[in-house]
Amino acid sequence: MDRVIPLDLARLTVRELNDFLHHRLPTGDAVRVEILNPNGMHNLAVGLDAPADIDILGHAGYFIAGMNKRANVTVHGNVGWSVAENFMSGTVRVKGCASECAGASGHGGLLVIEEDASSRCGISMKGSDIVVGGSVGHMSAFMAQAGTLVVCGDAGGSLGDSLYEAMIYVGGKIHSLGADAQEEPMTATDVARVTDLLTRAGITRDPKSFKRVASKRSLYHWHADAGQEY
Amino acid sequence: MSDQIHREESFTFDRHVLDYIQKAAEHGLYDIRGLGAKRRLPTFDDLVFLTASASRYPLEGYREKCVSKTVLGTRFAKKPVELETPVTIAGMSFGALSANVKEALGRAATEIGTSTTTGDGGMTPEERQSSKTLVYQCLPSRYGFNPDDLRKANAIELVIGQGAKPGGGGMLLGQKVSERVAGMRTLPVGIDQRSACRHPDWTGPDDLTIKINELREITDWQVPIYVKMGATRVREDVKLAVKAGADVVVIDGMQGGTAATQQCFIEHAGIPTLAALPLAVQALEEMDVFGTVQLIISGGIRSGADVAKALALGADAVAIGQAVLMALGCNSSTYSQAGERIDATDDYKKLGTAPGYCHHCHTGRCPVGITTQAPDLETRMTPEWGAKRLKNYLQVLTMELTTLARACGKSNVHHLEREDLVALTIEAAAMAKVPLAGTNWIPGQT
Repeated sequence: MDRVIPLDLARLTVRELNDFLHHRLPTGDAVRVEILNPNGMHNLAVGLDAPADIDILGHAGYFIAGMNKRANVTVHGNVGWSVAENFMSGTVRVKGCASECAGASGHGGLLVIEEDASSRCGISMKGSDIVVGGSVGHMSAFMAQAGTLVVCGDAGGSLGDSLYEAMIYVGGKIHSLGADAQEEPMTATDVARVTDLLTRAGITRDPKSFKRVASKRSLYHWHADAGQEY
Repeated sequence: MSDQIHREESFTFDRHVLDYIQKAAEHGLYDIRGLGAKRRLPTFDDLVFLTASASRYPLEGYREKCVSKTVLGTRFAKKPVELETPVTIAGMSFGALSANVKEALGRAATEIGTSTTTGDGGMTPEERQSSKTLVYQCLPSRYGFNPDDLRKANAIELVIGQGAKPGGGGMLLGQKVSERVAGMRTLPVGIDQRSACRHPDWTGPDDLTIKINELREITDWQVPIYVKMGATRVREDVKLAVKAGADVVVIDGMQGGTAATQQCFIEHAGIPTLAALPLAVQALEEMDVFGTVQLIISGGIRSGADVAKALALGADAVAIGQAVLMALGCNSSTYSQAGERIDATDDYKKLGTAPGYCHHCHTGRCPVGITTQAPDLETRMTPEWGAKRLKNYLQVLTMELTTLARACGKSNVHHLEREDLVALTIEAAAMAKVPLAGTNWIPGQT
């Protein structure tokens, strides 16, 4: 049985919380930490590097679980900007909605947003996977380099602008595609990839109903006649 | 009919402008190049020291001590950066520079007791190993950025912009995106890489405050956080960085260099270093944090005299980039191999240039093996040879600095002050906010 450690932000500062998570987490047995009274505070559970389960019981602010490694962080509420920014591994789950830049420049691991995410979701992502149960705002996956963004709902304007090798799958409508992004046919490999991510995210959708968006790769090299703007 | 040829060159459309227009018409692409602004600008050369005489007494140049120790990041960090000299090495990426060069920078900086800085593309093991004090940049691209390297850093520099291209992102042309560079940046090999100009996870100054706190939390408030900006609206920008919680503000004037960006950016954006520095100092003074938040100035610093003048105007330290490369042989006609000097003029010629005029860092075909990833070129600059040269150069800068400080009667280089300077031109007097030589006149102030 998990050992549960409650950490109450009505009594602790953010500094004390992160210091505990960085240096004083018990090792050995499975550990679950419950963070109480987050009340929209920023920078909770940032820079973790331990295989712990962290539950944030309420809404939280900016940069939650930033640069996470190995930990599984669940927010039982909504989050502000840049949840799981630059995360490396582990899982970050938001039971509610996420504000802008969710999963920005993530290198690895899985981010699940069960409801909607705002603009620039998955911006600059570098190998992580993101599954959004609802819709995402404009400029999502902007300059995304590697990894996968799965959007079960709709995608806002300029989706995948200046995309590199990351892959985007959208279950609903795409408002518009950004420069160098194009819709491509779903292959069996794509269906398998979406199936796997939906399963891991715990979201039930028909993977075959998704559209695939990838890079045209026409911006990879300067070309005078391509009408490029740099 | 006269056979005399009348030549009246247009001031507006001179030969350089004609060449620019005709090249643009031919290629349909703007010019991209390396290094910094080449146009004539007011510089530290336009200032001189009022060294000691009857009204001030000097220190003995060769015997009396003049302290050059420099401490950066005293505001919030548990472990401020302590250096033996205020001359630091600016951020330059592995990718723009070869791994050999990055190692040489680390070795020389360590020997002389100063810091070196990573760049766009992350931290290489070679530079971490060779650098006693390493500043880790957090850039908009976040190429190779990770919490493990963050925790290995002695300071963090959050880069909002740089003097060569304030408001713009970096570039690394395909020739330099080798397998190793591409791997570190998670990009396909050989593509023309464009870095973002804005950070992916924050935009305005309020967000910056929270971002800085995130970096502090991740590093347990151990190391200083610098905020680096290109010099544009300096007074306002410095105040916002200070308000956001910076330990150190770095201002990079328009003479600052780059490995590659648009020529129109290099020559037409930002303000000169000489103008930027007093504005930054003014902002710190107005916020009553002068001395609490340290100031590093960069952009075209070349000599110990430049360093001394920067310190007299209020900087705590300088950062040098292009001059570092020049110490390693940038624009030299020869390179060193097995103790011999080998002529590189033909390689400059292949690039359409000559020693002394080259700014072709962006091509990756650096004739002296500095700004390259090409295996046939990078061996032209070995870490041992480069480190020796750079150590010598840094030593000279520090010796010149202390020489001038002693002559001004200062036993510590940080005691140099604005009152020690006058300007030789009206422009420099107005920008540096020191009197025109022989007068009490500071344009715009007195």
